Amino acid sequence: MSITVAKESFFGRLTGWLARSWRSDFAYDFRRSPIAIASLAIILLYVAAASFPSIFAPRPVFDLATLDFSDAFKPPAWLAGGDWRFLFGADDQGRDVLSAIIYGLRVSLFVSVAAVALSVTIGVTLGLVAGFFGGLIDSMIMRIADLQLTFPAMLVAVLVDGLLRASAGQRFHEEYAVLIIIVAIALSGWVQYARTVRGLTMVVSTHNYVLAARMLGRSVPFILFRHILPNVATPVFVVATIQLAVAIILEATLSFVGLGIPPTQPSLGTLIRVGNGYLLSGEWWLAIFPGLALLILVLAVNLLGDFLRDALNPRLK
Amino acid sequence: MTGFLAQRLGQALFVLIAVSALAFLMFHYIGDPVVAILGANSTGLQRDELRRQMGLDGPLIVQFFDYMGRMLVGEFGLSYRLGLPVSRVLLERMPATMELALVGMVIALAIGIPAGIYCALERRSAASRLVLGLSLLGISMPSFFMGMLLIFLFSVMLGWLPSFGRGETVNLGWWTTGLLTASGLKAIIMPAITIAVFQFAMILRLVRAEMLEVLRADFIRFARARGLSRRSVHLRHALKNTLVPLITIVGLQLGSIIGFAVVTETVFQWPGLGLLFLQSVAAADIPVLAAFLIFIALVFVTINLVVDLCYYVVDPRLRLADRSTGAA
Repeated sequence: MSITVAKESFFGRLTGWLARSWRSDFAYDFRRSPIAIASLAIILLYVAAASFPSIFAPRPVFDLATLDFSDAFKPPAWLAGGDWRFLFGADDQGRDVLSAIIYGLRVSLFVSVAAVALSVTIGVTLGLVAGFFGGLIDSMIMRIADLQLTFPAMLVAVLVDGLLRASAGQRFHEEYAVLIIIVAIALSGWVQYARTVRGLTMVVSTHNYVLAARMLGRSVPFILFRHILPNVATPVFVVATIQLAVAIILEATLSFVGLGIPPTQPSLGTLIRVGNGYLLSGEWWLAIFPGLALLILVLAVNLLGDFLRDALNPRLK
Repeated sequence: MTGFLAQRLGQALFVLIAVSALAFLMFHYIGDPVVAILGANSTGLQRDELRRQMGLDGPLIVQFFDYMGRMLVGEFGLSYRLGLPVSRVLLERMPATMELALVGMVIALAIGIPAGIYCALERRSAASRLVLGLSLLGISMPSFFMGMLLIFLFSVMLGWLPSFGRGETVNLGWWTTGLLTASGLKAIIMPAITIAVFQFAMILRLVRAEMLEVLRADFIRFARARGLSRRSVHLRHALKNTLVPLITIVGLQLGSIIGFAVVTETVFQWPGLGLLFLQSVAAADIPVLAAFLIFIALVFVTINLVVDLCYYVVDPRLRLADRSTGAA
């Protein structure tokens, strides 16, 4: 007997998936939560601006020919002496602050998303291995995790960043600053995922389908990533959202204290660091607006993370 | 209890030895201390001579035990950047950070615990929703930006408080305090609030969550059924049972404050350990970093031990378990 499966077009599958998703509990919760909708809208706006800065930014930032020193320190447009060409004012070189924020956002978002992705990869893999094998490997990985938890994430990130710089030399750091900061933030956060995944993997490993897969002779990596991972992925997703907010703050903080992204390719934190030098002399808009942009982004990510945690938690249903 | 304590001490010792080994490896493999001391223009002969004097030509394991031995008597070598003994530098900077951390923590606890209890008891009220919303703002606020906003408001616009430094300090022999002079008190307000904001938000949310968990328990329903007053149910039954997780939280947060102090001290140019740490990272001052790592591990391990001992004081069930089984 043969079973024929009607082959749906890609479009048909997509609409089917969208319709099913729309009817799900999760989508229902989402539609009923104005805070979650607003947070997602803000995040999407930020992502769009960061992806296409040349469309969103009112003025070019890196083209020195377009900068005019007579525009330097123009206050925000609604204040006396303001200019509507510079909505949030201009910096010490006559650069538009809003445009600088949008280009800075691009760096900040790229670094934090890449750091979280690396962190998830390290943490989930180690968590799966520790939970599945148990024994010596497990206790070694978890001992390292415990040891790292001794130190606040901020210190770990600063330390890794500093050590990578020290062992690489100053020139190297200028060139690979982005890479170093991504690694530093990723290494400060992997423990969260490893602990979550390890606990769940220990439970899931005892389930019959895992036993069946082992009896069928599936390879261990196949079992780990195709059978166990999908069943432990939901909490990882929630943790990753909350950790994204942490990573954004860490990047901004490292850049602010001068250990992060150099001013040649400024992130939000770098902008705030530069602007901080003008705070006492009264040109507050250089630092305050990038800071507010950062705060709104972190707040939106945290609100969305809170929503995901509650909506995906079966205990609260 | 002795068994439990011995196990905890063993764990603490493991953490300390592991961190020391890490610090030693860092010291040994990153940068060359000899070049750092003599400068890049020194000759090979001079370097070999100093290397022999410092015992850096011996086998690695001998050097490690040597390092541990010197560490035990508080000898961490010379700072590359300052040329002073590391232990002296750390001791000089410690009081500033400790005072900042404690004042910040006291503010956070004094507001966070009552607010958390309130938000759990009146969880549908508008006020508690507002407080909860504000707490999320507190968690989302990068602490350097918080500090900058405070400086902008109170130093630049209003001119009430100093924007940097620790003010006048009083020397009490081995401890310098800024808490006894007017300028010192004025100087600590903004840094302490900066530290307290995040801690307050965390404590509030955790206390609220714990309290909600306990309020769902059967013994609370039973206490209500017995006709006990609301006050008695909430304070004597519910709050008492949230104390154990609360102590854990406070302990963990106290450790994390040191991480936040790095940023806060930079914003306010507060002459403490956090600022020192950052300057040392920027200058690749490995001896200071190594000592700092060990110091943090020591603080953390001590806090954890104190937290474990507090469980015994707070939770009579643990003491009872001891008596019935002889030893836990």
